[in-house]
Amino acid sequence: MKIAVCIKRVPDSETRVKIAADGKSLDEAGVKFVLNPYDEFAVEEGLRRKEKAGAGEVAVFCLGPAAAQETIRTALAMGADRGVLLLADKIPVDPFESAKVLAAELKGTSWDLILFGRMAIDDYNHQVGSLVAELLDLPCVTAVSHLEIDGTKGVAEREIEGAIEVVDFSLPAVLTTDKGLNEPRYPALKGIMAAKKKPLEVKPVQPGSGTLEIVALMPPPERKEGKIVGEGAAAVGELVRLLREEAKVL
Amino acid sequence: MTTLAVLEQRDGVLRKISFEVVTGAQRLGVGGGQPVEAVVCGAGAVQGLDQVAKFGADKIVTLTSPAFARYAPEGYAQALAERAQQGGYRALVFAATATGKDLAPRVAAKLGVGVAADLTDLAADGGGVVVTRPVYAGKALLKVKVASQPAVLSLRPNVFTPVERPKSAASETVAVNVSASRVTVREIKAAPAGSLDVAEAQVIISGGRGLKEPANFKVLEELAGAFGGRAAVGASRAVVDAGWRAHADQVGQTGKTVSPSLYIAVGISGAIQHLAGMRTSKVIVAINKDKDAPIFKVADYGIVGDLFEIVPKLTEEIRKLHG
Repeated sequence: MKIAVCIKRVPDSETRVKIAADGKSLDEAGVKFVLNPYDEFAVEEGLRRKEKAGAGEVAVFCLGPAAAQETIRTALAMGADRGVLLLADKIPVDPFESAKVLAAELKGTSWDLILFGRMAIDDYNHQVGSLVAELLDLPCVTAVSHLEIDGTKGVAEREIEGAIEVVDFSLPAVLTTDKGLNEPRYPALKGIMAAKKKPLEVKPVQPGSGTLEIVALMPPPERKEGKIVGEGAAAVGELVRLLREEAKVL
Repeated sequence: MTTLAVLEQRDGVLRKISFEVVTGAQRLGVGGGQPVEAVVCGAGAVQGLDQVAKFGADKIVTLTSPAFARYAPEGYAQALAERAQQGGYRALVFAATATGKDLAPRVAAKLGVGVAADLTDLAADGGGVVVTRPVYAGKALLKVKVASQPAVLSLRPNVFTPVERPKSAASETVAVNVSASRVTVREIKAAPAGSLDVAEAQVIISGGRGLKEPANFKVLEELAGAFGGRAAVGASRAVVDAGWRAHADQVGQTGKTVSPSLYIAVGISGAIQHLAGMRTSKVIVAINKDKDAPIFKVADYGIVGDLFEIVPKLTEEIRKLHG
């Protein structure tokens, strides 16, 4: 199976967001960057599908700055065969521009599967996979939490509000992965060593500017200081009164 | 210019989130009286569709196809993109629900644009639109100018409280032809009986490691039950990772970002990635034995103490109110 996995370098979820001096971006000083957690499911699924097929390739693609080579190495250490960094100083604000760059790179190779995480935990756009699928005119299933593939037929499950959708699709396809699909492996020392020798190609790209323009990055409104109503079960009466009379939510 | 509000239905019944979409779409017309056209895809007549007029839709359009009995990702996208191409709309507004998140980018790509996704605010700005969207799971807000024509937008659920603006809307039903689909929803499996999704619940009772073991979530389920179908039980990442609760219930940066009217955090210390997922809740209550837990910093009301004494008492009080 020939599998492409598109990944992103994002600030770790424990990051405290500080806004940079330009008022439009994250102050990256001291920020730890990681492989986007949802992309870990995509990498893992790619590896499992290749292992199951007994042959093939898992190639990892990442649009990002030079430092994203480290993110690609993480995926290579998990077991991916090769990486391609689509080198751009800044990831475009407009997800359609990111999708165009990725689609241009993926085009021309007959992938059986193209995998993405269902969203990145920094920009929350949850759409680049779907946009790439449209640009490549491939079937697409998003937020996949269960997957079965038999030849060129696939069945995926995706969570919707209060229910599960069971979706039939045909391969080749673009899938975006959700938590629950698998348990991503930790790179073993052997994998980390091997990753250093795996091919990692760097290709400079020039994404367009798109139709979205950042006006400002702002801290969220502070929640006003709350109060401790009391201690133990004795405080419940007063809590209920406050929720009814002051907060008016009961 | 008209704004196209894309409604949602399931099993032929209009979903309430549709009213939020129409209300959000209205915002683009403020002052200028710009019309809102509401559109829904369905296999036939959609139950409850007429209610949309109450929220200010000027026109209500049903795009019908036999393929639309269930959500048809490719068919819906084709039908909506074709409608959008004919219409000359200023904006297309979706809900950022599971379906909307799947559908909006498909339609947008066919129109050659991206989606300004998961908005918590929007306003007209000259010919364009200015929107606000939480990023880094709500640790920051990004204000963005959208210049594309049309702008394709999706609205975060539970943020745009429906506002009634009754109109006598014209209705139209259009039978559409869509291409054979490569992606089809074979079946919708209902979640366990009586469970409400945290993303849609008005009240969320979330539990963390303080619950000590999975079976103890029963006390939270009982409290949720006391709210009579309005409440869902959520979970912190720690307990989801430990396998105590399903990922669907996880609130936080790698789970769901929620904005219920009332969020009750029980035995959750309040890791930054959890706070990010629930800080836009209207009212937050924290119950924790550690008075220094960070959760108390974002909570409007806190009770310090043993959750196994406090929660059952709270359940009893809520039952009294609703009984």
